[in-house]
Amino acid sequence: MIKDFSNRILGDRDLQRIIGTLLRIGVVTASIIALIGGVIYLFVHGMETMPDYGRFHNEAPIYTHLSGIISGVFSLDARSIMQLGVVVLIMTPIMRVFCSLFSFGLERDRMYVVITFIVLSIILFSMFSGMKI
Amino acid sequence: MSILAFTLILLLGAFLAGLAGSLTGLGGGVVVIPLLTLCFNIDIRYAIGAALVASIATSSGSASAYVKEGITNMRLGMFLEIATTVGAVIGAAIAIYMPTNVIAVIFGMVLIFSAAMTLRKKYDHSVVKGSMTAEKLKLNGSYPTKDGQVEYELTNIMGGFSIMSLAGVLSGLLGIGSGALKVLAMDSVMRVPFKVSTTTSNFMIGVTAAASAVVYLQRGYIDPGIAFPVIIGVLVGATTGAKLLQRMNVKVLRIIFSIAITIVALNMMYNGFNHKF
Repeated sequence: MIKDFSNRILGDRDLQRIIGTLLRIGVVTASIIALIGGVIYLFVHGMETMPDYGRFHNEAPIYTHLSGIISGVFSLDARSIMQLGVVVLIMTPIMRVFCSLFSFGLERDRMYVVITFIVLSIILFSMFSGMKI
Repeated sequence: MSILAFTLILLLGAFLAGLAGSLTGLGGGVVVIPLLTLCFNIDIRYAIGAALVASIATSSGSASAYVKEGITNMRLGMFLEIATTVGAVIGAAIAIYMPTNVIAVIFGMVLIFSAAMTLRKKYDHSVVKGSMTAEKLKLNGSYPTKDGQVEYELTNIMGGFSIMSLAGVLSGLLGIGSGALKVLAMDSVMRVPFKVSTTTSNFMIGVTAAASAVVYLQRGYIDPGIAFPVIIGVLVGATTGAKLLQRMNVKVLRIIFSIAITIVALNMMYNGFNHKF
């Protein structure tokens, strides 16, 4: 009963459509944020000499941590806004995995709920293991 | 050079990289690395960071269309993502200890392999008898064609799974989607129909790249001043490429690009051997 019900409301194809839309929204949002930051960046710093990218120097911590990026965004720092666009972009496929977890759950497909959960755990492990607290 | 000039030139370069990546089927990120290192003399670590975000952008952008059409095999993608994400985390960990010159040489080899892969024959594998594992994991599926829904069955799942782990390691180490290796695993080993394997591989690239991007972001590989023009340029380039593909036969163009990319790859390897990275 429940299975039929969930299938009717959210069939496989509908879920694929929702996930497809979600991916597009994520990419578009990320591009718009990066573009806004980029335009501000060029207006404010456009005439300055470009940074030395030929040598790797550790990025200032405010661009490598979400809290730093967000506080930079509030003070209208152009590089932080661009980096927020990057963060939204990276979050897009991760959100997609979240949605799949939900959708396999609706389909009562226990095996794929577990498989999706494993994928999500690996990504979260990767995210938190690199963090310097 | 001023920041404005640098950004505009990089925007144009990234556009061409996205165009080339989409016309050859190599993906948007791959061409970004030689563009940044060879043409702009940017440190390969920044190049890897920028390529990763470019891969996520093009993968998510084009996957959204294929997923809607119902060609992508979501279960197959999710199952294999276990292999690619574990690989990506390992690859990103190895990257700390690996000299950048070695990374450049490996990158060149992967690029040549990928260019060669785009020129091979494409099969639909419609009469394959599926294996027990494929049945158990519910990996057999169907996809829409002009003549209606076509069913397919898969085989040698564990073989495909191991190649996927390697694809994940390379993608974490080099910052690329390694789509060619993903397609090889699905197409040649598991006998996934060509259309399903390319779209499913594309679908997986975003998740694989995100698994190592979260590490690289914290390591400072992703510089917003480089990432911004690269994301925008590659996205517009890849979209233009996809539109061109629908309208014209790009066989000749594809061969020209594949040769050009092979030369670029040899250049990367040469510089790597001579410790120029």
